[in-house]
Amino acid sequence: MAVGNGRPYLSIRNVNKFFGGFQALKDVSLDVFPGEFVCFLGPSGCGKTTLLRAIAGLDIQDNGSIAQAGTDISALPPSRRDYGIVFQSYALFPNLTVAENIAYGLVNLGRDKAAIRARVAELVALVSLRGQESKYPAQLSGGQQQRVALARAIAMSPGLLLLDEPLSALDARVRINLRGELKHLQRRIGVTTIMVTHDQEEALAVADRIVVMNHGVIEQVGRPDEVYRNPATAFVADFVGHMNFLPATRGDSGVVRVGGVELRADLAGVTASSGGAITVCLRPEDVQVRGLQPQQPNVLQAEITSLEFLGAFCRAELRLGSAEDLGLAADFSINAMRDLDLRIGKMIPVALPPDRLRVFDAEGSAHG
Amino acid sequence: MTDTSLRTAAFPASRAIRPIAGAEEWVQRLLIVLLACWLLVVILLPLTVLFRKSMENADGAFIGLANFAAYFRDPALVQSLFNTLTVALITTVITIVLAFGFAYAITRSTIPFRNFFRSIALVPLLAPSLLPGLALVYLFGNQGIFKSWLFGESIYGPIGIVIGEVFFALPHAVMIIVTALSAADQRLYEAAESLRTKPFRIFMTVTLPGCRYGLVSAAFVVFTLAFTDFGVPKVIGGQYNVLATDVYRQVIGQFNFQMGAVVGLLLLAPAVLSFAVDRIVQRKQVALLSARAVPYQPKRRPAIDTVCLALCILVSIFVLSILGMAIFGSLIKFWPYNLTLTLAKYDLSVGGAGGWASLWNSLIMASLVALIGPAVVFGGAYLVEKTKVWPWARMAAHFLAMIPLAVPGLVLGLAYIFFFNAPGNPLGFIYATMAILVVNTVGHFYTVCHLTAVTALKQVDAEFEAVSASLKVPFYKTFWRVTVPVCLPAILDIATYYFINAMTTVSAVIFLYSTDTKLLSIAAVNTDDAGNTAAACAMGTMIVAISAAARLLQLAVARALRTRTQAWRGP
Ligand SMILES: Nc1ncnc2c1ncn2[C@@H]1O[C@H](COP(=O)(O)OP(=O)(O)OP(=O)(O)O)[C@@H](O)[C@H]1O
Ligand SMILES: [Mg+2]
Repeated sequence: MAVGNGRPYLSIRNVNKFFGGFQALKDVSLDVFPGEFVCFLGPSGCGKTTLLRAIAGLDIQDNGSIAQAGTDISALPPSRRDYGIVFQSYALFPNLTVAENIAYGLVNLGRDKAAIRARVAELVALVSLRGQESKYPAQLSGGQQQRVALARAIAMSPGLLLLDEPLSALDARVRINLRGELKHLQRRIGVTTIMVTHDQEEALAVADRIVVMNHGVIEQVGRPDEVYRNPATAFVADFVGHMNFLPATRGDSGVVRVGGVELRADLAGVTASSGGAITVCLRPEDVQVRGLQPQQPNVLQAEITSLEFLGAFCRAELRLGSAEDLGLAADFSINAMRDLDLRIGKMIPVALPPDRLRVFDAEGSAHG
Repeated sequence: MTDTSLRTAAFPASRAIRPIAGAEEWVQRLLIVLLACWLLVVILLPLTVLFRKSMENADGAFIGLANFAAYFRDPALVQSLFNTLTVALITTVITIVLAFGFAYAITRSTIPFRNFFRSIALVPLLAPSLLPGLALVYLFGNQGIFKSWLFGESIYGPIGIVIGEVFFALPHAVMIIVTALSAADQRLYEAAESLRTKPFRIFMTVTLPGCRYGLVSAAFVVFTLAFTDFGVPKVIGGQYNVLATDVYRQVIGQFNFQMGAVVGLLLLAPAVLSFAVDRIVQRKQVALLSARAVPYQPKRRPAIDTVCLALCILVSIFVLSILGMAIFGSLIKFWPYNLTLTLAKYDLSVGGAGGWASLWNSLIMASLVALIGPAVVFGGAYLVEKTKVWPWARMAAHFLAMIPLAVPGLVLGLAYIFFFNAPGNPLGFIYATMAILVVNTVGHFYTVCHLTAVTALKQVDAEFEAVSASLKVPFYKTFWRVTVPVCLPAILDIATYYFINAMTTVSAVIFLYSTDTKLLSIAAVNTDDAGNTAAACAMGTMIVAISAAARLLQLAVARALRTRTQAWRGP
């Protein structure tokens, strides 16, 4: 996806939103490009829904501007904006059939019956609901209801599709299927889409770009792989994927001190001075056990203290040799387990590759 | 590249957004203004005028609290305040004890016919409040069947009033306490039993505390009803004066409007107090039942069940004998000398109290109220609950809608005289027409209907309006196509409630009818005043029959509706 080229379709600038004395959005700015699939990701209460509702005009921001397709829509009521929306509850009209729900907006436009029927048939096919047209929402499964809501939202070919946790009411399995379909559908019709979720796996799976939010602030915006590999803040590192957090102090010249060990790491963006408290982060899957070179930096002795079989891999808890109580989670492939005969209690050399270590100022010290 | 840089990029200081109101928002604002005006005219302004009136002399000059001082110097009037408190307190104690026992039997025992008993207890709702008074005349009056049971005491006075009020207030108390007892959590009882708690202790430590808010609430409702009721003391009170009959006498008998206003305000006092207490109590009650509570399953307890059954039978006999006596009285040729049965008393053209016209007036009035009331109430509740415009205006409308619950009918009726009959009131033209009766009745019973509508609307998905805005469908279309059909059972409930209350009400409209708009319930009061108890019974019976028919019709329609909409309402 060509992100960053061309004019943004949606521009959010310095948006603030207060609920009484509580600030739910703090100076939020964001660009969304045409045809993009963007996910708002963050813990409960971080302001994702608030931002989505501001974009929809349902709870207009107190200040800051939002422009869509080059027009400032900041102050417009919902009915004068251009979007389709799917809520967590789906908000399907219970007394209308699937077809009537999907056609709800089209009928109001006064299109002729044949055209409406054709469009509904097209949409029903698009969301794989053929044969269900005359059923009522109460007669459908959760997944089917979700598709009806989606079809209704895109029926009027809106410029923007807004989804507020559209999958969260579904079983895990249905959820995984549907998010694939959702992504596929979005690609096909090319509508610019914003989806709110608090499930990082879901965001990583479907988004072109992820907007990670916390306490009403955007912590990071980036492609899923960027956010995963290069978390901009300790919060993002913690929220997206699994992460080891090792308390450390800054040494001299590109060295960090973890327990009794010195490790090489990239210290760009760290403000702590030499001897200052920092946090070193490393993903479990980045702990290297195979193919260690003699001159390789950051190699330590570690003891395996526990092993958890998780199907495709094993999650091991390691105790780093020289330090008491310095634990580290590591993911080992089943192959590595077999080839290296990894068992509980065994001492092994592991490498913590410098380019995989992320270093942040420790919580509570000056912000990076 | 991650673009967090956007956050720090320099943008011109942003100014506050002033949302632009679209056409729909303006329509909503207009409707809310209309709703608020309606509620002001129907409730608040008349009451304000009543307040003012109580501080004026006969010439309309402001005299402060002089009227109140005069009231408390008049021993006869103070005596009726005392009388009213006495009967209201005794009624409350008896009714709450009976209603609690009855509600307990219905919800916590395994006796048969529980639904049947419950319906019996609700029968008094179908009757005008003078009906128990009439029945008591036949049962215990000077020529009553069971006169000797009173050991020489007269039924005309406190005894009659209390019995009549118990009949009249019982269904209200039973409904509230049944609701409170139904909210029991089985797990509490299981826990208590597993600790080998004695049944009496369980009752004292689990059952009673669990429904104490319901009991308090019911007690206040009963007290207020008995304190302010007009129908029962009018018929059976004899020389025992109470506030309600005082108001009537001051205003209709002596044209002393100022003193009428003073007594009216006294009537308002306990209602306002109970209203405040009830609000607080209800707020606490909500949190009592958690979503995971397990509904209580009654177990067989032979001894207790027997007592419960006996109580249910006794209460049913009480209710049915009063209703039955009124019906029987209406069919007797000349009590107690000629007991042959006749339908002659049902010929309203004889006797002259109102004629058939009063029946038609009642039917027309009740039908108009049942049509207009739900439309106004539901539309208003929708504006309050589902729109986003002008939160302060919506809150004000909601608050105004709660007031009628605290205002006794007599007080509202009196306030209407003062307000609509005031010279220079542009709305004065509805005075002494059918319109004022309809408006008054819609206003009088507004609160319960409003709360029913709000409750129903709260259960409708909160995002229908947002979805329809995103689909460019105006809110009123979605209101009509989705919200109304989904809430139809509640709307039907409201319509029936309005119809029955419009049929049975006496207190408010007794100040407001004219010779052309006399209602059947008022004709019954007048007929009884004229000494024709039997004809009054016939009219009361007609009202009960019509109300019962309305209720049965509602049940039938609701059932048909359920069948028709089963597909989309789900199981
Ligand atoms: N109408 C409101 N009045 C007051 N506070 C509100 C209102 N709506 C949201 N908030 C507060 O604003 C914050 C952000 O809410 P928001 O609904 O945007 O969270 P969210 O990120 O969508 O969370 P979730 O994942 O739980 O849906 C929360 O702390 C919430 O309590
Ligand atoms: Mg949310």
